[in-house]
Parts: sequence; C-alpha cells; structure tokens
Amino acid sequence: MKRSRLGPWLAMAIGTAYFLIPLIATFEFSLRMKRGEYSLEAYRVVLADPRFQASFGYSTLIAIATILMGVLLIVPTAYWIELKLRNLRPLVEFITLLPLVIPAIVIVFGYLHTYNSSSWIPLIATPRGTDLLLTFGYMTLALPYMYRAVDTGLRSIDVRTLTEAAESLGAGWGTILFKVIFPNVRVAVLSGAFLTFAIVIGEFTLASLLDRPAFGPYLQLVGANRAYEPSALAIVAFVVTWACMGLIQIFGRDRRATMAGR
Amino acid sequence: MAQMQLDAAALPLAQPRRMSFAFLGVVPFFVFAVMFLLWPTAFLMVGSFQDADGHFTLENIYRLSEPTILNAYKISIEISVASALLGAIFGFFLAAAVVLGGLPRWLRPTLMTFCGVASNFAGLPLAFAFLATLGRTGLVTLLLRDFVGFDLYATGFNVLSFTGLTLTYLYFQIPLMVLILTPALDGLKREWREAAEVLGATSWQYWRHVAIPVLWPSFLGTTLLLFANSFGAVATAYGLTGSSLNIVPILLYAQSRGDVLHNPNLGYALALGMIVITGLSNGAYIWLRARGERWLK
Amino acid sequence: MKFLEIENLRKVYGAQVGVQHFDIAVERGEFISFLGPSGCGKTTTLRMVAGFEQPSAGSIRIDGRDVVGLRPNQRNIGMVFQSYALFPNMTVAQNVAFGLKIAKRPDAEIKPRVAEMLQMIKLPQLGDRFPYQLSGGQQQRVALARALAGSPQLLLLDEPLSALDAKIRASLRSEIRDLQRKLGITTIYVTHDQEEALAMSDRIVVMSEGRIEQLGTPFEIYNRPRTRFVASFVGTLNILRGKVIDPAKGVVRVDEQDIRLDQQIPNAAPGEMRAIALRPEAVTLGETRPDRNAMKGTIEEVSFLGAIVRIKVRFKDNLISLDTFNSSASPPPRRGDSATVTFAPADLQVLEGVEG
Repeated sequence: MKRSRLGPWLAMAIGTAYFLIPLIATFEFSLRMKRGEYSLEAYRVVLADPRFQASFGYSTLIAIATILMGVLLIVPTAYWIELKLRNLRPLVEFITLLPLVIPAIVIVFGYLHTYNSSSWIPLIATPRGTDLLLTFGYMTLALPYMYRAVDTGLRSIDVRTLTEAAESLGAGWGTILFKVIFPNVRVAVLSGAFLTFAIVIGEFTLASLLDRPAFGPYLQLVGANRAYEPSALAIVAFVVTWACMGLIQIFGRDRRATMAGR
Repeated sequence: MAQMQLDAAALPLAQPRRMSFAFLGVVPFFVFAVMFLLWPTAFLMVGSFQDADGHFTLENIYRLSEPTILNAYKISIEISVASALLGAIFGFFLAAAVVLGGLPRWLRPTLMTFCGVASNFAGLPLAFAFLATLGRTGLVTLLLRDFVGFDLYATGFNVLSFTGLTLTYLYFQIPLMVLILTPALDGLKREWREAAEVLGATSWQYWRHVAIPVLWPSFLGTTLLLFANSFGAVATAYGLTGSSLNIVPILLYAQSRGDVLHNPNLGYALALGMIVITGLSNGAYIWLRARGERWLK
Repeated sequence: MKFLEIENLRKVYGAQVGVQHFDIAVERGEFISFLGPSGCGKTTTLRMVAGFEQPSAGSIRIDGRDVVGLRPNQRNIGMVFQSYALFPNMTVAQNVAFGLKIAKRPDAEIKPRVAEMLQMIKLPQLGDRFPYQLSGGQQQRVALARALAGSPQLLLLDEPLSALDAKIRASLRSEIRDLQRKLGITTIYVTHDQEEALAMSDRIVVMSEGRIEQLGTPFEIYNRPRTRFVASFVGTLNILRGKVIDPAKGVVRVDEQDIRLDQQIPNAAPGEMRAIALRPEAVTLGETRPDRNAMKGTIEEVSFLGAIVRIKVRFKDNLISLDTFNSSASPPPRRGDSATVTFAPADLQVLEGVEG
C-alpha cells in the first residue's frame, strides 16, 4: 500500500530549514565586516588575534590533559570492574551518570567553596592548581560519555578470556593493560575522546567561574564587545564540533569494517 | 548525549564474598568521584541547611520563596518546559519522518550525523549564531523586513527574550530527541501495524491503540531529559542575554561570581533546588525508559 | 465456485519476479500449505492474499468477492505472524479483544468471546498477563486466539512455529490443526518445514523460484513427486540417474542394470537421461522376487541410528540409501560386502525434465 509521503517530506523540509538557516545566517553575518562587500575580514581579525590563539591553545591543552587523565582513570577502572568487581558495576554506573543530573554550574559552585584558598586543599590558590581543578572538572563532565564508551567497548570483547589468555602466556598486569586491553578498546576510547574534546573546547561555565584564560571566556568577551567576530567564531566552533563528530563516525566505521573482516 | 543505555533496574549489590585486595583497583576512581563530584555537591546540600555559623536551619530553603528567586525558578521551568515539549514534538516528527516516512535512505544517516553535531553545538557559539540570525540586524530579520515587509521586532519579538531563548534551545533539543527516539521508533515492529490492519484497524487506530502507547514512555522520558538538559544550561543563555534574563542557572552563575544574594548559604539552597529538579526529571526519565525497554524487548 | 480462487497471480519487483503463474482453488474449510525454501515466493503470495502487497497481475477471490485493491482491514482475515506480533502494551485479554473493539462490538459480547477464545487455547487464567511475561509458545497461541476472535473467513499463518523449540512446535502443530478442524476455517499455512506441511495439510503447494512446482495431497507430494526439486525438498529421497530404454513399456537403465516401472514414461525419447525418485523405506536388502526390481552393488556405509539402521549401497555412479529395522537376531551387513537391493516398480517415479 502506498501512503502519502507529504507529511514526512514536510517535516524534513521544516527541520532542514530550521537547522540550516542559522548556519547560513551566521556565515553571512561573519562576512559582513567590511562595509558594502563580503569578505573574510572577520576571520582574519579573529585568527590573528593573539588572545584567540592563546585561549584556543590553552583549551586544546586542557582538553588533551582531560582526555589523557580521563582515559588513565576510566579504562583501568572499567576493566577492573568487568574483570573482578562486577557487583560494583551498578554503583559505578550510577556515579558516572551523576554529572548528567547535577548541572555543571552546581558542580563548579561546589568547587569554589571546597577548593578555595582557605580550604584543606587550596587548589584555587595558584594558577597551576586551578588548571588542575579545571581539568578534573572537565573529567567529571566527560565522565558519563567516556565511561559509557569504554564500558561498551570492553563488553564487546571478552575481557576475562583475553586476560586469562594473556596471563597463561606469562604477561604481567602492565603488559595486559597496555598491550592487550587498551588496543582492543582503542576505538571506543577514541570516540569518547573526540566527544570530550567537543565538549571541553568551548566550555564556558567552569572556565569562566574558575577564571581561566580558556576559549569559552574568550568567546564571551568577544561576543560582548564585537559585532562580526562572534559569528566567525561560531562558524569556527561549529566546524570543530563537526570535525570531532566526523572523526567519531570515521573511527566507528573502521571498527565495523575490521569486525566484519575478522 | 544520553543515548547511552541506562541499566536502570540497578542490580542489588551482592555481598562481597572475598573482597581480598581486589577493591584496591577501583580506589582511584572512588577517590576521584568523591573529591570532584560527591563531596562538592554534598557540601552544597549540607550548606543549604546551615546558617552562617554552621547551625541547622530551614531558613535558606524557606527563603527560596523570595520573589526574585521564585521568579527565576518560574521562568527557568517555563523555558525548559517550552523547549522540552517543542523539542520533543518536532524531534518526534523528524525521527518518525526518517524512520517510518519512506524517505530516501541517505537522509537517515545524514540527519543522524547532523543531530550528533547539533546536540553538542550548544553554548556561546550557538548564542552567536542565533544573534546573527534573529538579532536586530540578523539575516532573517533583515530578509523579512526587506522582502516580506514584515518587521519582526515590531511584534515585540526579541531574540534576547523567552521566545528567543526557547527557539535557540531547540537547536540542541530537537537533535537530542531525534537521537534518542530513533531507536525507539525502530523498535516498532512492522508486524504490529500489519496485525492491527488485518484485525480491521485503520492507520489512525493503529497509532492510537498500539504505536503511541508503546512509544509513550520513551517519548515522555526523553522529554524529561530535555527538560533537565535546558534547565541546567548556562552558557547559551548567558551568551544570548548576558545577565538580563533572570533564570536560575544565570542567577547561580552571578552568585558564584560575587554573592549577589548576600548570603552564601542561600546560594547553596539555590543549587540544591536545581539538583532536586534535574534529579527528579532524570530519575523519572530512567524509570520511564526502563518501562519502555521492557515492552520493546 | 471454490471458496478461495487465485488466478494467474503475478508479482514483480522492478525486473525481479517474485511470484508468477500462480493458480489455485481452495475448498471451504480446507487446510492448505505453501511449502518451499526462503525466497520461493510463498510469503509474498500470502501477503498478497492478506492485502499487504498488491499483485502486479491476476485475481484473488474470497467467497466470490474479488479482494484485490481492498485494504487488509476490509478483508475479514485472521493472520498469525512468525514473530507473534502481539501488541506489547496490551494484556493477553486486550490483545484478543482488539479486533472486536475495533469492530465496535458491545462489551457484553466481547467479554465472553475473549473468555471463550482463551479457553480454546487452554490459557484461561492468563488474560491479565502482558506478552513479555509469556513463553513463545504461549504468545503464539494468544496470537492465534486474537486472529480467530473475530471469526474471520480465512486464516493465514506465516511460519507461525519457526521461532519455537522443536518440542513445542510438535505439540502446537497438532493443536492448530485440531482447532482448524473444529472451526472449519479455511486456512493457508506458509512453512519451509516439509514435515510440518506433510503432517498438517489437506493439500500442499510446493513452490520454488516464484512458481508452483507441484500441488497435491501430502500423500501425492511425498510418494509421487513430479520434479527433482519436489523430490529433494520434500523427502530424503534417493534420486537415481537412468537412461530411458523403452518409454512405452517403462524401462530405464541405471548403471548398466535395467529396471522396470509400472507406467509409461511420458514425453521421453529413448536414450535420454532422466531422474528417478525412490523412497528409502521402499527398498529392501536381499531376496530377489520376480515382481520386484533388483540391483547388485556394494555396501558403502552403515550407520546405526538406534531403532533404524541406514545402509548406503553403491552402484557405479548411483547410490541408494535404505532403512532397515534394527534386530538383534540379524546383525547389519559390513562395509564392502556385496549386496542386492530390491524395490517394486510402483515405487519408482520418473521426474519431469531431461537430465544434463
């Protein structure tokens, strides 16, 4: 039986318009900097701005630190839970989901009071300490995505058998973790990493309240003071997000291909 | 975002038979969780019930009913409800169109990829994009004025307002709905429709008696998730309206910067209120999702 | 006029033919099976009868009414799906009542009818359960009750037992057949399981590549397969290759030994190679008699299957497998022994089509 396709097409058309018009408008707006002509002036100004370079570099660095420390914390934990402490899984899963429940603004509000200069661990007292706190904060925000990705990856391989096989061949724990487990969850870790990068790179709330020179606060500064540059930055941010998601897709597809090839 | 599987029916924690030293392996994780998630949050929760000297009091909770604060909660909830409901409805139609609509095949992966991007494209850049679109000199505003002769801002519209913020939030709400609801729509078996038809049901009767009831828990649950998602959002609102719009996350942001309430403990209570609201809606989401999955097994 | 008449039915998808030259007339109350491997067009045909697919050509008449063009919900048909397809949001009783509710029957009528149907499928106490709380076999019985509750004029079953365990399959098989007899409802049963089709059906339609290979009673299909496809799909038959010697007298030569048939070989010329079907249970070992064909060969394999011993006898190119009952008095022959097999001319069936 043939049903009318009018409704679905209409939904698609409205959706496409709603999603594309702001992007087109932003791009158009970003080209208006020079009066009477379209130009890439806004991009030139933004990209040449030393504060852009500094803040983007800073956020990239923090993002990489977040990913590395997150992976080092989460992969062994998830592995160990799968291998030895399965009865702790519900508790750990619950904890990893909490950052979705507790808004970031609340978490950082808590940090400001627990790690200020008069507390036991005065992380906020020094810039390096605050950088560390920001990284930990981002690890917390990324926890649900990172843990979920790694856990799914671990469940899709038979961790116990792999471990026993490696043990029977005489491998030690370090070898097992870094030579056997990590490579097998590489794809899952990578997709978690790119998602983390996308979340961290433009993050505003934590960086702003911890007063770090990150890309998010820079965006806010430009947004409050300039006309055309914010649009250019929005396009840049969109491209970065798109690139992260694209990389996740590419790596995901690679995995499917190799799985099928096995 | 939350398209992850939630094992909602948390298994009872079995007694550790012989813990030995195996638990040492997860110590770093628990230390991290306590230090950077649980303790700071607990600190706020406890602080909400204390006065400046650390004595127990309900004063802070009571003072949440002050007009400014109450109003902030009211606007926050209104915006979140509006963006969650509209996002859920449009997201549903979009997901339904691509899953059940018989559209060309390539549309589905394209839409899903785009939704993956858009659901993570929030915060300041999104605010900038909507300013460039619907702001006073935004493209759409200008096009409407010059070509249609319709002055958007004469109608009282302002992108820095309730409507503007809702419209902006939809940009990440709709994709999130699409991402979460698509698997649920895939779970509708073709045979259900056929069984209903062969039993005499029209297409509408099938939707009314079978498809909608089956999808309802997923739909409602995801709507609650969208609600929590926009309720806690700071950056988009801040980027769009600065601190001109009095919503809870912005108020809490201002409080974090400089104690605008002149009472730190009241600030804690404000945060507690947020946790309670997002906690309840997330909890209901998990519960409803488990119900929905039970059927779709 | 027959109850269900399908004439020259055809379904094409683009350049691909799904079903063609499909003609059948089904009596009222008959149980008919569509049997064939997956992709043979049996399900497509069933779905055209149900109204889920539109035929490219041909007609389908139910009780004299042409139903082509009618929507499924206008055809008054009951259907059972392989995947049960119970509505997950409804209890068992609500599922069974669904069709009646849609038809706006009064509650006073629906309630007893549902109870009656649940009684009929022997699950009277499960009305308040949800489908996910039932076993597969129970779900399929509920699906059957749901399909029958509205007293449809035709029941369609699309591989209803394929998803179930072997044990439940066998018991549900006879339950379905009993119900069908009791209600006297005309039924089409789609299956790829020849045992199911043979055990349940009044008649079987064997299908392959979108066509009817053979239409007949289980006895005819099993004993008189017309084509090589039917012979190999329906039973574990021996298929011998033989050269036609005398078509009129019914003589063929298999591996240089002449054997007789009890009938002429139609449309055959001397010298042609033809396939001949022979059921294992019609073959015996030893003891030549003038009224039986005899062939000399060597024992190639002896498999002990408990009550039965399966023996394969090798001739030059052909192999005949036969079953003998296990008996402690006479031990089975050994590999390499020479042996003579015998079979009656009436048990041979020359299949259609010249062998290459």
